[in-house]
Amino acid sequence: MANMNTNKTPMPEQDPNIRNKNFSEVALGYTAEMAIDEAARCLNCKNQPCVKGCPVNVRIPEFVSLVAAGKFIEAAEIVKSTNSLPAICGRVCPQETQCEQLCIRNKKGDPVAIGRLERFVADYAMAQGGAKEDIAPSNGHKVAIVGSGPSGLTCAGDLAKLGYDVTIFEALHTPGGVLVYGIPEFRLPKALVRKEIAGVEALGAKLKVNQVIGKTYSLDELMEDEGFEAIYVGSGAGLPKFQKIPGENLNCVYSANEFLTRINLMRGYDFPENDTPVFVGNSVAVVGGGNVAMDAARCAKRMGAENVYIIYRRSDAEMPARAEEIHHAKEEGIIFRLLTNPTEIIGDENGRVKALTCVEMELGEPDDSGRRRPVVIKGSEYTIDVQTVVIAIGNSPNPLIKDTTPGLAAESWGGIITDESGATSREGVYAGGDAVTGAATVILAMGAGKTAAAAIDEYIKSK
Amino acid sequence: MFKILKKRVLNPDVTLMEIEAPQVARKALPGQFIILRVDDKGERIPLTVAGFDREAGSITIIFQKVGYTTIKLDSMEEGECLIDFVGPLGVASEFEGMKKVAVIGGGLGVAIAYPQAKALHDLGAEVDLIVGFRNKDLIILEEELKDASTNLTMMTDDGSNGNKGFVTAALQERLAQGANYDTVIAIGPLMMMKAVCDLTNESGIHTIISMNPIMIDGTGMCGCCRLTVDGKTKFACVDGPDFDGHKVDFAEAIARSKMYKAEEKISMEKHNCRLTGGVR
Repeated sequence: MANMNTNKTPMPEQDPNIRNKNFSEVALGYTAEMAIDEAARCLNCKNQPCVKGCPVNVRIPEFVSLVAAGKFIEAAEIVKSTNSLPAICGRVCPQETQCEQLCIRNKKGDPVAIGRLERFVADYAMAQGGAKEDIAPSNGHKVAIVGSGPSGLTCAGDLAKLGYDVTIFEALHTPGGVLVYGIPEFRLPKALVRKEIAGVEALGAKLKVNQVIGKTYSLDELMEDEGFEAIYVGSGAGLPKFQKIPGENLNCVYSANEFLTRINLMRGYDFPENDTPVFVGNSVAVVGGGNVAMDAARCAKRMGAENVYIIYRRSDAEMPARAEEIHHAKEEGIIFRLLTNPTEIIGDENGRVKALTCVEMELGEPDDSGRRRPVVIKGSEYTIDVQTVVIAIGNSPNPLIKDTTPGLAAESWGGIITDESGATSREGVYAGGDAVTGAATVILAMGAGKTAAAAIDEYIKSK
Repeated sequence: MFKILKKRVLNPDVTLMEIEAPQVARKALPGQFIILRVDDKGERIPLTVAGFDREAGSITIIFQKVGYTTIKLDSMEEGECLIDFVGPLGVASEFEGMKKVAVIGGGLGVAIAYPQAKALHDLGAEVDLIVGFRNKDLIILEEELKDASTNLTMMTDDGSNGNKGFVTAALQERLAQGANYDTVIAIGPLMMMKAVCDLTNESGIHTIISMNPIMIDGTGMCGCCRLTVDGKTKFACVDGPDFDGHKVDFAEAIARSKMYKAEEKISMEKHNCRLTGGVR
């Protein structure tokens, strides 16, 4: 008998006023009882609308019914069969616009908490030493993966399972891409990312750090000199955008990438015990309304800032961040200045930030994105005293590979051009994730890695 | 892990190391840089490639003990390993068409000016190498500099080597004598590069400078190394490190180089604590 409670089983969380001073994980995870209870809310719909909402088509009703039956390891195996990084997806996927949006229970009350259940089974299986996975015997064909973020890891995992000799090349000193340098510890513990990566290595994939493809090796060198038959480029969207307003090159103006990298990858929250400093003043303005902006704002709060502002030029409804991140940020005391746009950053005599000038906006006619265009309200200009400004308005694909690979077609804004399978204009070279789409989500990047892995398998077999 | 094959103390502040890094040595060119981390808690710091040996698979770095990380690096000995060493990064220097060049190096910048002078000299260009140090005890690479130049001028701030003055004074003298350089390359402290650029701007000589700002990833991801060139924001890590010196906003670059002065002091206090067991 289904559990007809219209609300999701609540997620145990750290208290907002305690967690906004530490970097430990905010959401603590379901207990087995909570998971079974929540799983019983699933109606097991015949047409499975939720699966259609998942970029990697996790067999949701199947795994959820196994959870309801208390068969957690079996449930994890079902999830793992299509999603190689479930502990990560359960935490960072925008479920409300994917699987949960299409859940039938969403029509009257909350949808089934699919993301929380996915996290539960992944964590459970990990604690038991991992779900069982089948690996084909080695076929000796070498494939290179550029970038060890979610897209590259997924592609590598799938190809390794098929028996390919896979090598992942990572530019930074730690693998994981945005999972490590971008998403903070309190949202995605790094120990967990390390375990997921160890899982991909356990499938036979090799991992090399400190390898900047485009510099250390070009794609052509990987193919001609190093003997790789195919390459998957999952190099992400690593080029920060700035607003091009006066004062953006003042000291204490950070791109979100820099701010988050200093704190997360370089462990700047533990300075001087770790050597990399990061400056966070008493008042911090974060410009942008996406997940990255929420991450930066919540990091600033945890670093000790008293007033942390989110400055976003549209309204609540247009904010691209996950609903849960906005909710958590508000709970933690982040101040939202919506329909507000910065116009100038003002510096002191030493070239350090002292204030941010903003204008208020109102929503006009819809623009190309279908969202109502923000228009400046005349005479609404005002300044806020801040010591740090973080620009979190998005990233473009990193141009290093496009610039060093003759014949690799790319869009004017930098995205590598591919067909639906991920094939680029260069034979044997595939690409996916943010390197192709521009900044998007972890799960879309994983979906692209998965599609490309199948296409690479096809390509090498047909050679 | 990246082994220190050789360590040579060039002067009390400056150390040379050869690091075993065959992947970097395979492709490194003058003007490019590497990023290293000494240990697991370390910062990522950029250092310009001071030399490379493709056969031995090694990269030469030369650094000045200016802060916590470089002091920590200097405390390491031959046979020990750096945890991370990545490159070659940045765009290699462009020497095409250069026939008569003044290469100016100041302080540690001499170590970076050296491979540029050598490359130009090897290409057959006439190279006037003008280098400056605070005093004669700080002079480095004297033999190498001679071999890499047509004329070598060594200046000291205090005149202790018999040649008193800044590098700009020597350059000004050359220019007054009618030296018709097609290019001036200036590498050293920002103030020195600015002074050279101010001088060459008058006579309109194309002047290239090599920037060495604070960086993290060195691949264009963080934007920490940004500077304004000709009114546009550029990233030193991927657009440079070489730039047209007449177009660089020096005031901004100088301010940005001081971003972490206060934090650097905290790091040094920690370092002194460890050296002395808390006793000062």
